[in-house]
Amino acid sequence: MTRIVGIDLGTTNSLVAYMADGRPCVIPGRNERTMVPSVVAMTDNGLIVGDSAKEHLTRSPERTVYSVKRFMGKSLEDVKGELAYFPYHLTEQGGVIRIKLGEKSYSPPQISAMILKELKQRAEAHLGESITKAVITVPAYFNDSQRQATKDAGMIAGLDVLRIINEPTAASLAYGLQQNTQGTIAVYDLGGGTFDISILKLKDGIFEVLATNGDTHLGGDDFDRQIADLFVKEIREQHDLDLNAYPDHMQSVRLEAERTKIRLSDELKTTAILDLPEDKGRYSRDLTRDQLESLTMELVERTLGPCRLALKDAGLAPNDIDEVVLVGGSTRMPLVRRQVETLFGKQPHCELNPDEVVALGAAVQADILSGGTTDLLLLDVTPLSLGIETMGGVMSSLIRRNTTIPASAKEMFTTYVDGQTGVDIHILQGERELVKDNRSLARFRLKVPPLPAGVPRIEVTFLIDANGILNVSARDVRTGDTQSLAVKPSYGLSDDEVERMIGESYKFASDDLKARQLIEARTEAEAILMATGKALKQGSHLVGEEELSSIKSAMAAVEAAKSGTDHKAIRAKMADLEKATHHLAEVLMDTSLKEALENKKLSEFSDV
Amino acid sequence: MNHQHTHSSNSRELQMARSMCWHCQSEVSGEYFCDRCVKVQPVSKELDYFTCLGFPRRLTIDQHQLEGKFYELSRAFHPDFYQNKSAAEQTISLGNSALLNTAYRTLRDPIERAEYLLDLEAGSVKQIRNSPPADLFEEILELQDTLNEYRAADRASETESTLRAKLQSERKTLEQRQRDMETALQQLFVQWDTLQDRGEATDQTRAERNRILKEMRENLSNRTYVKNIVSDLVSTIG
Repeated sequence: MTRIVGIDLGTTNSLVAYMADGRPCVIPGRNERTMVPSVVAMTDNGLIVGDSAKEHLTRSPERTVYSVKRFMGKSLEDVKGELAYFPYHLTEQGGVIRIKLGEKSYSPPQISAMILKELKQRAEAHLGESITKAVITVPAYFNDSQRQATKDAGMIAGLDVLRIINEPTAASLAYGLQQNTQGTIAVYDLGGGTFDISILKLKDGIFEVLATNGDTHLGGDDFDRQIADLFVKEIREQHDLDLNAYPDHMQSVRLEAERTKIRLSDELKTTAILDLPEDKGRYSRDLTRDQLESLTMELVERTLGPCRLALKDAGLAPNDIDEVVLVGGSTRMPLVRRQVETLFGKQPHCELNPDEVVALGAAVQADILSGGTTDLLLLDVTPLSLGIETMGGVMSSLIRRNTTIPASAKEMFTTYVDGQTGVDIHILQGERELVKDNRSLARFRLKVPPLPAGVPRIEVTFLIDANGILNVSARDVRTGDTQSLAVKPSYGLSDDEVERMIGESYKFASDDLKARQLIEARTEAEAILMATGKALKQGSHLVGEEELSSIKSAMAAVEAAKSGTDHKAIRAKMADLEKATHHLAEVLMDTSLKEALENKKLSEFSDV
Repeated sequence: MNHQHTHSSNSRELQMARSMCWHCQSEVSGEYFCDRCVKVQPVSKELDYFTCLGFPRRLTIDQHQLEGKFYELSRAFHPDFYQNKSAAEQTISLGNSALLNTAYRTLRDPIERAEYLLDLEAGSVKQIRNSPPADLFEEILELQDTLNEYRAADRASETESTLRAKLQSERKTLEQRQRDMETALQQLFVQWDTLQDRGEATDQTRAERNRILKEMRENLSNRTYVKNIVSDLVSTIG
């Protein structure tokens, strides 16, 4: 059995994990960080992903994509209210959003695929083997289109997505494994862009989800916006400056808002500082935790409604919950913790790193699928009711929300007119009465043999598989023939499009690889230059004049190669520099300063 | 709604009973796995939910036992454990899991369980009642009037609060009514189970059987009616 990795494809950060000796581990990158920022930037040298792409947020905001998860499985109409917040240009084609990066447009699954590829490569480098299979997590409240879009992203990235699993349930797996918990637990998962609540029953290794609810458009991003809006407003008032005209500065505002929010989880008061354009100097503002809390109170309270609904669907009262588990970076906010504690009447658990627990759980699920773990089983539910359109624009529900998956329902169809050869079927997801208030998933036309009205009998099976994704099949009851259905998704890529994107992704892979190697080489060159500079400061008196000048010229050579585009040249010069500093390093080793150079790779890297 | 679809179509399922292993063609005597090649077998869709979960066709069910059996069969069928198996086995695992989940969901809830049993025993399709149960007729008519008056009343007026209080107390009465019906239903459950346990096939037991089924159907349809009125009431007065 080939290895299956677990991937948390997050709004803000993504991670990859695997199972090592019965214990899930997150795979760090070369910089020792476990999180890859979910940011993709188009540079002159190609596409880059992660930490290095994040630097481009303020440098080339219109060509740097972040929070792409918000657009998965969505149309432009769905997100029109927040378009103004994004510096990159969005259009739509065939019900799917397209993001313009330079000359080309990319669908959200393509952008997500770039992040997945980065994680895939990270895992391959760490494990020294090719990775082709993965479990990917999604918010529990994701609908069918959003799940399908995530699966498409995996395929485009060259991954066989063996399972889409829900983030809060993944977290419960990691948590349950660690703590050997039994009883009823609530997982409160507030991430960068989405909110989920799941109520589970843990018993003898079975993790049975009783109910789930959430909001796929509520998370840390929204808190940051509240703060950023305040900054922008005050800058307009105090400096007569509209930052909306400066996309790069708007990104700085957003990032400073995020940092301010994070600092206020530990401190009661902090100062946000922003450099203003047009020689307007600086904007500096003190913000207290109380002020932050009044800015974000309404948003945090919006998570409580779904919590109550989930409890109601599970047939439980808040005090029936034995343990509450917090997942997602946004649960570090003291306000969130207080609200959760008030609702459930008990102190929530947060022993496991809320940023990593979902990826760890995905690795556990991957291990279950590969046959490594046999005593754990996750029984999840479908978050939304599934139905079809009936007469008068009303939705008739076939599979109710919170039904354990896999779940199936059958419906018999016939004709109303003699000789009628087709029946149009419109599939929907949602909790409302009317078709127009629910989410359209797909349409298809059922082929019917021409017979008198009411004679044909076509049985359609709607099956929601263990990924929470719908499969439809049809059978003519008279003849027993099954028919293949061409189901057209309302908000998704067609199979042909996905095929084409997979092809393109291979074609661009070599370009991408070059860009990536260049960026990595440059980053490392910078680190080695900094470390050498530091070492010289500390020990230049310990070596001779000649040695000093050869080190300096080797440094200059690295510097020169770094501004070129040949990663091999950079690496060659780096090797020369290492040779030139060999003696210096040895000398330093003997002194009390030896740690300075020894640790350069670790410490210097993470500061870059 | 979901319920109705599932059952009515199930009766039109393949009538063929499974007896040979799809894989090695040997006789299958084991419950869900072939004795010879140990391949998972498709659970016959003709199997009723009671049999599927290994319970006799009784209305009183021990919830812990039911859950235990559900977990046990989930471990046997869930697609997670078939990832390394053939495509055919994966399809069977998916179908069996979906059937098991429906069976468990139906039997877990006493109302759904009773409706399902009625469906099996009397072939009844859930009837949607259009008029109130006889003994509630007057009360319901009055309630409808009050509801209309309330909807027409000025917000925050004195009339509104009087009517509101009246509706609140009406709600309590109806909820009590619903609970009474559920208690009566429980008694019918016991009567049914006792009759089945006796296992006689006389004219008298047949008549008794029909009486219980008829009363159960009355009870269930009245309960649904009252339940709908209550939820209407709740959504109006908030």
